[in-house]
Amino acid sequence: MKSRFQVVVKSMLAASAFALFTGVAATSNVHAADNAKNETYNRIMKTDRMNWGVKGDTKLMGLMNIKTGKLEGFDVEMAKEITKRVNPDAKVVYTQITSGTRVPMLINGNIDAIIATMSVTPDRQKVVDFSQPYFNAGQSILVKKSSKYHNVKELNTPKARVLAVQGSTSIDEIKDFAPKAKVVGLQDYATALTALKAGQGDALTTDNGILYGMAAGSKSLEVRGGTFTKEPYGVAMQKQNPKLVKAVNKAINEIKTDGTYEKMAKKWFGDVKGMDWKELAGE
Amino acid sequence: MISLFQSHAGEFLTGFGWTILSSILALIGSIILGTAFALMEVVPNKVANIIGRIYIEIVRNIPLLVITMFFYVVIANVIKISGFAAGTFGLTLYTSAFIAETVRAGINAVPKGQLEGAMSNGLSWWQGMRYVVLPQAFKLVIPPLGNQFINLIKNSSVLAFVAGLDLMYQANQISQATFDTFGPFIIVGIFYLILTMPLSYYMRYLENRLEKKGGRA
Amino acid sequence: MSDFFSAFSWVNLRFLMSGLGVTVEVAVVSVILSFIIGSVLGVIRYVKIPYFSQIVGFIIDLIRNLPLLLIIFFTYFALPKVGIHFGVVTSTIFALTIFESAMLAEIIRSGIMAVPKGQLEGALSNGLNFKQALWHIILPQAYKKMIPPIVSQFVSLIKDTSLATIIMLPEVTYRAQIVYAQEPGAIISMFFALAVIYFILNFIISKIGDILDRRMAA
Repeated sequence: MKSRFQVVVKSMLAASAFALFTGVAATSNVHAADNAKNETYNRIMKTDRMNWGVKGDTKLMGLMNIKTGKLEGFDVEMAKEITKRVNPDAKVVYTQITSGTRVPMLINGNIDAIIATMSVTPDRQKVVDFSQPYFNAGQSILVKKSSKYHNVKELNTPKARVLAVQGSTSIDEIKDFAPKAKVVGLQDYATALTALKAGQGDALTTDNGILYGMAAGSKSLEVRGGTFTKEPYGVAMQKQNPKLVKAVNKAINEIKTDGTYEKMAKKWFGDVKGMDWKELAGE
Repeated sequence: MISLFQSHAGEFLTGFGWTILSSILALIGSIILGTAFALMEVVPNKVANIIGRIYIEIVRNIPLLVITMFFYVVIANVIKISGFAAGTFGLTLYTSAFIAETVRAGINAVPKGQLEGAMSNGLSWWQGMRYVVLPQAFKLVIPPLGNQFINLIKNSSVLAFVAGLDLMYQANQISQATFDTFGPFIIVGIFYLILTMPLSYYMRYLENRLEKKGGRA
Repeated sequence: MSDFFSAFSWVNLRFLMSGLGVTVEVAVVSVILSFIIGSVLGVIRYVKIPYFSQIVGFIIDLIRNLPLLLIIFFTYFALPKVGIHFGVVTSTIFALTIFESAMLAEIIRSGIMAVPKGQLEGALSNGLNFKQALWHIILPQAYKKMIPPIVSQFVSLIKDTSLATIIMLPEVTYRAQIVYAQEPGAIISMFFALAVIYFILNFIISKIGDILDRRMAA
């Protein structure tokens, strides 16, 4: 019997040691970011590298091209254009992120900035700083053409299962707009889209900018019911980097006024059925 | 950390519950399925032997994630199954191949003469298996089966990929709601250890005892 | 059915194959590292240095009893907090190495234990010191006995690389997902391709293991 008792004691010891060990690691880093003023900006200038977190599974915005293996989309090009204006010598580096991993990666300093269909929200502003909006998206729903659901209101029933991606604003918003629906949170948009097609949900909800890209790639799906929230996308940066925010804002202004923006918007959104790129891109 | 747990206790405990439920269902399922395939491998029938072997070799060599995703996005086109069910089925199938190997090893460890003896006493092959060989085989394989169960609990974290509501899934949800990438994972880590540590020490204790017994015999 | 075959286009296959390159790269580096570290840890656990071996053993137990997915998350999000910035490939290698080293340490320790005690005593009485006895007598025998479990641990490692899709490692499973998200008709073909790729990879490793095992036993 003694050995069974030892089993229990050892296990409890294990759990508490683990907690202690990791807890110490967690608390010891809180102060690191405080006195690092303009750390990111200085790093970009010194190393001539700007590392952007972008999406890899979102058509039109940030998608890994199967032919070339490279990332492409509006966000990806925007990152290149901004970098050119922040530090002309800097090499653009892309790191693929998901809605779930992007904020921790930015805070941890894995990446210098995020441009990945990321809406500016008060909650996020508590942990990161945003540039001015560069894209006016809004949340909407994507359904199979055969679906009986036409808008978000109809989804407000316990029968409806709504797919969303963990770490996105839409997963919180849908709980407000259709509180009765069952929300299914997935890791990334590629999985969410496949899950919708497989019937794992009745609708997929996120920003229309993302949804139009999905609808464009599939004949059986469509965006319905217009937008029910405003989701302006901004570039996210680590706090305590006012110089970088200023430089990025200035770059966005230039891109918008010198015609670059229009060219990019036409290239990516000009042919998308049902999508008015002027409305999405405008102020 | 404590306040994080207090403010999200419901979610953590829900995740804990689903993790336990999925692990237990998958354990039961995979013991049944695994024993069936182990028997297919030892039954005196060449066709059954080959089918059993093929099943085990294929399932063992494919990642659990791929099997689970297959259930979630392909099988779901035919039969409606939730993320939890897809994950649990994936776990069951995957683990069954390992349990089949374990049980087969157990059956082979029982001296051949026992089955022959039973059959010469008028029992059929199946009866000899059922009443003489299997009970002894299972006794031998309890420690490795326990280790498979530990693996199964750890592997159940794959449910997070298919919105399976388990501990990892909840940790992700909480981490993204609070922007805390440490706390939630430490807390679920502790939950996993609560399940796996006692089992793992108990299995080691059993193994040692079996070894000592074996040494004396 | 035509969908099934047309999905195996040159473009898709090339895309998958470069993912396979990542899978193999990550797996090979992790296998080598975890074999070395696992051996060292296994020996430390075996030789019973007071306190030190117990602490090491305890940490090994902790790691062995946590899901790998959790460890992948930790290394990806925790290491930068202490100032270590790894890319996603290095991060995955790090997580896999930590986890698999702990698993291998346990295998190697039990391999050493299975070598009859008399062998060590004999070697020592023949004038070898402990280190020499361990290196020339005990370890070679332990490895010989442990080939099957070590090989199956490596097979696990290859399968486990797929979990790193959660941090967007562009390996083969992740790439298959990207393909079937863009080409819905390709979904069954992609799963089929994944099954075949992993099966062949792991089957080859298992066979090499069998050959080694037989050769060593002979």
